[in-house]
Amino acid sequence: MKFKLKIWRQENAQAKGKFVTYELDNVSDDCSFLEMLDQLNETLVDKFDKPVCFDHDCREGICGMCSLYINGRPHGNDSGITTCQLHMRRFKDGDTLVVEPWRAKAFPVIKDLVVDRTAFDKIIQEGGYVSVNTGGIPDANAIPIKKVDSDLAMDAAQCIGCGACVAACKNASAMLFVSAKVSHLALLPQGSLEAKERVDNMVSKMDELGFGYCSNTGACEAECPKEIKISNIARLNREFFVSKLG
Amino acid sequence: MAQIESKIPKGPVAEKWTLYKDGQNLVNPANKRKLDVIVVGTGLAGASAAASLGEMGFNVKIYCYQDSPRRAHSIAAQGGINAAKNYPNDGDSVHRLFYDTIKGGDYRAREANVHRLAEVSNSIIDQCVAQGVPFAREYGGLLDNRSFGGAQVSRTFYARGQTGQQLLLGAYSALSRQIKKGTVEMFNRTEMLDLVIVDGKARGIITRDLVTGKIERHAAHAVVIATGGYGNVFFLSTNAMGSNGSAAIQVYRKGAYFANPCFTQIHPTCIPVHGESQSKLTLMSESLRNDGRIWVPKKKEDAEQIRKGLLKPTAIKEEDRDYYLERRYPAFGNLVPRDVASRAAKERCDAGFGVGATGLAVYLDFATSIQRLGKKVIEERYGNLFQMYEKIVDENPYETPMMIYPAIHYTMGGIWVDYELMTNIPGLYAIGECNFSDHGANRLGASALMQGLADGYFVLPYTIQNYLANEIRTPRIQKSMQEFESAEKSVKERIDKLMSIKGKHSVDFYHKKLGKIMWDKVGMGRTKESLTTAIAEIKALSVEFWKDVRVTGTKDELNPELEKALRVADFLELGELMAMDALNREESCGGHFREEHQTEDGEAKRNDIDFMYAALWQYKEGKAAELFKEPLVYEVVEVKQRNYK
Repeated sequence: MKFKLKIWRQENAQAKGKFVTYELDNVSDDCSFLEMLDQLNETLVDKFDKPVCFDHDCREGICGMCSLYINGRPHGNDSGITTCQLHMRRFKDGDTLVVEPWRAKAFPVIKDLVVDRTAFDKIIQEGGYVSVNTGGIPDANAIPIKKVDSDLAMDAAQCIGCGACVAACKNASAMLFVSAKVSHLALLPQGSLEAKERVDNMVSKMDELGFGYCSNTGACEAECPKEIKISNIARLNREFFVSKLG
Repeated sequence: MAQIESKIPKGPVAEKWTLYKDGQNLVNPANKRKLDVIVVGTGLAGASAAASLGEMGFNVKIYCYQDSPRRAHSIAAQGGINAAKNYPNDGDSVHRLFYDTIKGGDYRAREANVHRLAEVSNSIIDQCVAQGVPFAREYGGLLDNRSFGGAQVSRTFYARGQTGQQLLLGAYSALSRQIKKGTVEMFNRTEMLDLVIVDGKARGIITRDLVTGKIERHAAHAVVIATGGYGNVFFLSTNAMGSNGSAAIQVYRKGAYFANPCFTQIHPTCIPVHGESQSKLTLMSESLRNDGRIWVPKKKEDAEQIRKGLLKPTAIKEEDRDYYLERRYPAFGNLVPRDVASRAAKERCDAGFGVGATGLAVYLDFATSIQRLGKKVIEERYGNLFQMYEKIVDENPYETPMMIYPAIHYTMGGIWVDYELMTNIPGLYAIGECNFSDHGANRLGASALMQGLADGYFVLPYTIQNYLANEIRTPRIQKSMQEFESAEKSVKERIDKLMSIKGKHSVDFYHKKLGKIMWDKVGMGRTKESLTTAIAEIKALSVEFWKDVRVTGTKDELNPELEKALRVADFLELGELMAMDALNREESCGGHFREEHQTEDGEAKRNDIDFMYAALWQYKEGKAAELFKEPLVYEVVEVKQRNYK
């Protein structure tokens, strides 16, 4: 297969970026999108050019590190997958592919397609946990939990923190990400004791870090590689409201 | 020869850990604040250790090369975590988990360590549940279990097919809480490049800020490496792209023993290699072997037709299929341990019965189970795995059998540690996959998560105090010391050297070449001849690499080519060490299969008289590494030939 690639190149955080066009031939339809970029980078190294920087690690859709905006969609034109799980057979021979980094104020570009997502870590640090220390814990079966609650908590806990929800949102809101963690813990008895403080602290941190407000467009849910549901945002809003009632 | 001091406490195996804790030194709260600990790596072991040490009051600094500690490759573990809870009432116990682990490891692990692992396994489950890890539950609200290879009980706790993710996020949340409290300082996108030793003790590390390229010094009273395994020596593996053996090789170069480097695990159920541009292999959880049947065609001509794409597997009649695991191992069938299943697949493919375009694949067939249980049940059990397979291979596993082939997955070998998880360099600890301690020559499924969290939550936070108790009078370590300066200098020289070569070939070119040598000659089947050739080839490749590698860009920016070059330089050293160790070990055991040493029916033949020891390698500059031996003594477990027939 042959592709025309328009890729965002940006020297560093301060530099002004631009699209650069590359032609790439002999791409196997079996290879993944990131393997296609590896192949492009080999050709750049051959010419003593700087390879395109992009974040990636596990390449099996779970670490959440890969983060490309392909032809106007986070993680490309397939649903329920990350960029590393996107295969070139999903495209047509001769296609033009536009590749950009996540675009959000809270995720500044570091270089080329690499962005800084430490804002997500900072939100988790505000309360995305149950405050227990190691050791001195009662038996695991001492707290029975309804299967349905546990399953719902697991649905939310599957978030991989990739940031596609923010990239997809026209307001660059982090509501789906925050709601996934708030829901995961609020649904479980272990997490419910601190639910009020958690939602308060995490939401104010999210606002402080420059993420936008949620206007319920649902773009986040449509693009989430783990198909985290927007009903989590409803639960977050409810938790937030309840916390304000005192 | 140096005396190997493993510091195993006296007393019966089942009481050693209790006796140790009763007698060890502790550090009082006021002194903890004055002591600094460096932890490298944020996987299950590193994150849990850093969080626990932070909670206790130590000053902790922790590092990861990714953009966030939540990305560490523990996240990719699918199947589950073992514990001896005996919730299903099927006869499990601490002793049985201990015994299964020793046997599964083919009698090449240290009894005292493994018993401790089994003892603390239950606390791990309690801890994770308290953190809010959403393990699978029954309708009655209690925790569910499933079974894994190499065990006759159901002791595996799981969170769908994402157990590693949920456990890591649990440890990450505990770590995040400590970062917020200020007890732990986090360094993202930072890679360790050297260990600093002052007066014989580990006192710090040299790092590179991967965004700015800045080389920095970090000092502490003790250093813990929790940097995972070195499976990426093989280029293609199930490890993450960035997983590396560099921290292990750095401490090895500074004098730490590297133990059993040849013990690598090859996982039988991975998606086969598809072409030249492939960058990594994807694992399909071992749990699939509960309901999938593994087979190849009985007739060579059928296999040939399949390879040419002229015949479909579903067209092969039942009597023309060879369910070779069920045939060879009727007692365990498709659930034999990983090493056995992998070798059996290779044997069939080498004999010409392999399927897929390359002939390097076997079928994992769910047709029988779908018939018996219905598609819905199979979908509930494995839906996400089937979907993952379909995305990658573009075939529907409900309709046509999956194709699988073994791939490098885990390394049992690693940095040698004593009972306290301390290396032979005082103040330097190794935890999780990067140490050698608990899995012997083969790891059982769902035991990696158990070991990582055991080391990080419940072992190291105790044992490190026994050392730090003697450090309370040592003031904060000064980064201006000459030892830091010279370590920094050597790191900078290494980088400058790599940048200045400006040769013909990319880093990946060399990595792929190394991978091919390793897979062909130090892979599933090893011989004296293949290993001798491998050593010579790796040596030559290393010379070529240092003469002709091309690293583009500069050292003062985000430069993945430079990151890879530093790692591949270390892999070259590791590859040679692995081959040397495999050459020395004239026996077959666990994941290490020397073709010269097999029984008449092709099973691994151990040599307990000459090789019941851990092989410890020590670096000698400009010379071959020196071998030391830690004899393995079995007081409780009766050593037998493994039999899964």
